This record gives sequence, structure tokens and C-alpha cells, in this order.
Amino acid sequence: MTSGCWQWPRPSQRALAVWRRNVLVWRKLMAPSLVGNFGEPLLYLLALGYGLGGFVGQVDGMDYVVFLAAGIVCTSAMNTASYECLYSAYTRMTVQETWAAMLSAPLSLDDIVCGEILWAGTKALINSSAVLLVATALGLVADWQALWVLPLALLLGCCFGAMALVVTAMSPGYDFFLYYFTLVVTPMFLLSGVFFPLTGVPDWVQMGAQLLPLAHGVELVRPLMTGQVLDGALLHLSVLFGYMVLASWVSLILVRRRLLR
Amino acid sequence: MHPIVSVRGLRKVYGERAVVDGVDLQVRPGECFGLLGPNGAGKTTTLRMMLGLTPPTAGELEVLGFAVPAQVQKMHERLGIVPQADNLDPDFTVTENLRVYAGYFGIKKREFLQRLPALLEFAQLEHKADATISSLSGGMKRRLTIARALVNAPDLVVLDEPTTGLDPQARQLIWRRLRLLLARGRTLILTTHYMEEAERLCDRVAIMDVGRILVVGSPAELMRDHIEREVVEVYGPGVEDWGRAHAAGKAARTELVGETLFCYAEDEAPLVASLREHPQLRFLHRRANLEDVFLKLTGKELRDD
Repeated sequence: MTSGCWQWPRPSQRALAVWRRNVLVWRKLMAPSLVGNFGEPLLYLLALGYGLGGFVGQVDGMDYVVFLAAGIVCTSAMNTASYECLYSAYTRMTVQETWAAMLSAPLSLDDIVCGEILWAGTKALINSSAVLLVATALGLVADWQALWVLPLALLLGCCFGAMALVVTAMSPGYDFFLYYFTLVVTPMFLLSGVFFPLTGVPDWVQMGAQLLPLAHGVELVRPLMTGQVLDGALLHLSVLFGYMVLASWVSLILVRRRLLR
Repeated sequence: MHPIVSVRGLRKVYGERAVVDGVDLQVRPGECFGLLGPNGAGKTTTLRMMLGLTPPTAGELEVLGFAVPAQVQKMHERLGIVPQADNLDPDFTVTENLRVYAGYFGIKKREFLQRLPALLEFAQLEHKADATISSLSGGMKRRLTIARALVNAPDLVVLDEPTTGLDPQARQLIWRRLRLLLARGRTLILTTHYMEEAERLCDRVAIMDVGRILVVGSPAELMRDHIEREVVEVYGPGVEDWGRAHAAGKAARTELVGETLFCYAEDEAPLVASLREHPQLRFLHRRANLEDVFLKLTGKELRDD
């Protein structure tokens, strides 16, 4: 059956039951969840955007806080989805044995993994929407075209959720996630054009940044929020989809090897 | 009658070690079937393969008419599983736990609400419908886990050590619930460490050790075929000397375990008579039970793995 581990994901409609379960829990614990996932990006936006922005002045022909807002929307999606598919999914996989209960019902690991990723995307969408709303209230959003950011937040959330699930599937415990944060999430956070445009960094860093999904997210979201012309959308979307699909598959392979022994 | 579970030549090998090494068994509709064995005998692995939760290395499995593991999801729609450790959702109340689990089966809300009163009544948790899981006792959690396994009205319910860790009162209550399920025509498969539980509940039991099934039969058959009718347990100073001098001819078989000499006989009278003449020895006479069969077949040494 080891060969069965490599099978392409074949989720059924029941994946939605996994998603629905997580929505129900979220609704019960909504208040602390919103404060944590939505408060932090807001602080970044206000403190750095206005505080640091006062010194920086204009970036790429716009106020620094406007420049930053797009990055924070994307980062919020990344962080939300990553935390969800690391700590929370790990708890459901091991400590709480929620997945074991699901496997006793007519759910497959394909359903569970897809449901979890879809939920991470949904949660990212919720939190990014909140940030977008605040940015709009602060007058940092140009026009209605910014609504296209919402489906992108869902995509980003699914993408980062799937990547985090790969780590979760390999993880022997919660401490292991620090490697992922230190080696992947934080460098990506700093080098994806969230805080500063990449035009100023050496060529090799710029090339490397092309491999980071967050950089492609920012490239899509920033013009949509600032009312500029979207450039190379197909490439950016393809990279995000590519990461999402590949990471979903790899995480499913690893989860199968871990649980179906 | 077509068997509800049919297992042929089942094997599971981890690395070099065969944990399950050629198991054949059949479970008939409406019976309570017990899978017994010491720790590491392979019963949980056998069960997990039967439920499609672990792929077998070799062998054929058919459960509820579905090939396992190929048609696991279809099979699970008609199956109830009660795992060894309660994996109830701590974020939900009693009712929410049932509702979310029903959602996994695609049961619509209206249909669920129709079934809910009966499920709560079965679990005897009507007064706890909106209680959090952390406020439930161990016995209540177990009953809820069993009720959860019934949410899809399954034909077969599989319970992995349903009463482990429960106090005697809670255990009695679980037994009554399980007997109720049998009376309603459900088929049950259970694993247990408690021979009394198996003797009381099971129509047939299989005793496993080192990955194989040693014997299958009703508790009464196994006791008749594998053990003498009476047991006299003797302990006290000089028990070994007494055993050599007096028990040898009067008991069919004796076995010294720690400080206790187990004497097995069809007729206990000569043993008891002799023991009356040795007042320094204390003894207990009882009917042989399934535990004696179990210990005879699997040995009395401690299993730690």
C-alpha cells in the first residue's frame, strides 16, 4: 500500500464537513481569534505605516502607509493560514485526535487535508478582509478594483495553509514549527516587498524573491489596492496555484505515510 | 447466513516483525464477537485493518459486503466505531459533538434533530445535552462516544476496549447499553482485557497471541474444551511442599504463579479435604472461567510491550 501514499488527491464533497467543523469552532472562539490575527497586522499598519512612514516619505510614488497596506493584507493571509495549519491542525491531528474521529466516519485523508486547507484559506480571507476594511476606512485604498483582493486572499491562504501542512505532517511536536518560521516564514516576510520595494536589493536577492509565493501575492495585491495597472497577473497566479497544488499533494503524501501505517 | 465480517489470511508486517501473522475469522450477523489477547497480541492491529484504518500487508477483508480497504468510505457509512481513547471534540457541547459527527456522514440537520433525542436517551445524557465535554465524567464520555458511533444507525458497531479505565458502576451501565444494542439486532465486535466482560457479553470470542488466533468459540465451549471445571487457588507457608505431596494426584493440573498454586480439577472435593488438614494454607475454590482459559493459552507471564 506504500504506493497508495503517492496517489493524487481525490477529495469528495465531504471535505466540506471538515471545513464546516472548523467554522463552528471558530464561531465559538471568534473573539480571541480576531484579536490575535487581526490586531497584529493592524498594529503594523498603524505603527510602521504612519510612524516609520513619516521618515520614509514616498515609496514608488505613493505614501509609505499606502505601500505598506497591500503587504500587510498579504502577510495577514500568510500568517493566519500558517498558524492554522501548523498549531491548530497539529492539535487536531495528534492531541485531540479529531482527524482519527473523522477517519472513523466516511471521510478520507484526502477530504481532511483538503478541508483543512480550504479552512485555512477561509480564515485568511476573513482576516485579510478585516485589514482591507480598516485600510479602506483610513483612505488607503484607491477604488472598487480592490475587491479582487478577496479571492486572492483565499488563494494565498490555501497556498500557505498547504505549505504549513507539509511541515505539520513531518512534525514531531510543536517546537518543530520554529524552524519553519525562522527559515521560511520570516525571510519571506522580509524579502517579499512587504516593507520595501525590491528594486533596491542586489539582483540575486531579487531573483531569489521570485521563488517566494508571498512576493507574487504582493505583486498582485498592491496594484489592485492602489489603483495601478496589474502586470504579469498570469505568472503570479500560476506561481501561487503551483505552490498550492504541489504543497497540497506533498502534505497529503506525508500525512498518509504518517497516519495510515 | 452471509458473514458480516470475513477475514482471510490477514497479515501485517512492520519491518521484519509480523504483528499479525495469518488471521482468519468470520463474524455472524447479530452476534457479539470478542477479540481477546494480551498486550502486543495483534488484536488492535487486526481491528484497525478490519476497519480500513491500516492497510494490510496481505490477506482478504470483507466487511458489511464491502472489500476493505478498497471501499472503506462506503463501508464506514454503515459502521460505528468506538475508539479506545475518547476523541470527542473538546470545543463542542454534547449535542454539538453528535451534530458535527453526523455532518461527517452527510446527515442533514433535520434528520439529525429527529435522531438526537434517541441518541441522548441511549447515552443517558438527556440532562447534559448542552454540557461541555470537560464537565462529563469518564463514564459519560464513553457513553457519548458510543452514542456518537450510532449517529448513522450502523449495522455493525466496533468497540476497542469499551470499558477500560471505568469504575465498576460505569462499566455495568455500558454493558447494559451494549446488551440493548444486541437486542436491537446490531452486530458488535469488541476487544477487551476483561475476561468477565467477554464472558458476559460475547456470543463468541477469539483468543489471539503473537499475531495468530489460538482458539475461537463461545465462552462456554472454550471453557469446556480447554479447562477443568474447578479451580482451587492455594497460598500460604509451605504451599510448594503441599503441592508436591498432595495436589499432584488430586488435581488434573497445577501451576505455581508467584506465591499462588493454581490447582485445576474436575472435582475439587479431594483437594479441599486435604487442605482442611493443612490449616496454615489458605485457599479459594471457584468455578473455572474464561480468564483461566485465557491464561492457560497465552501463559501467565507479564507482557510489558
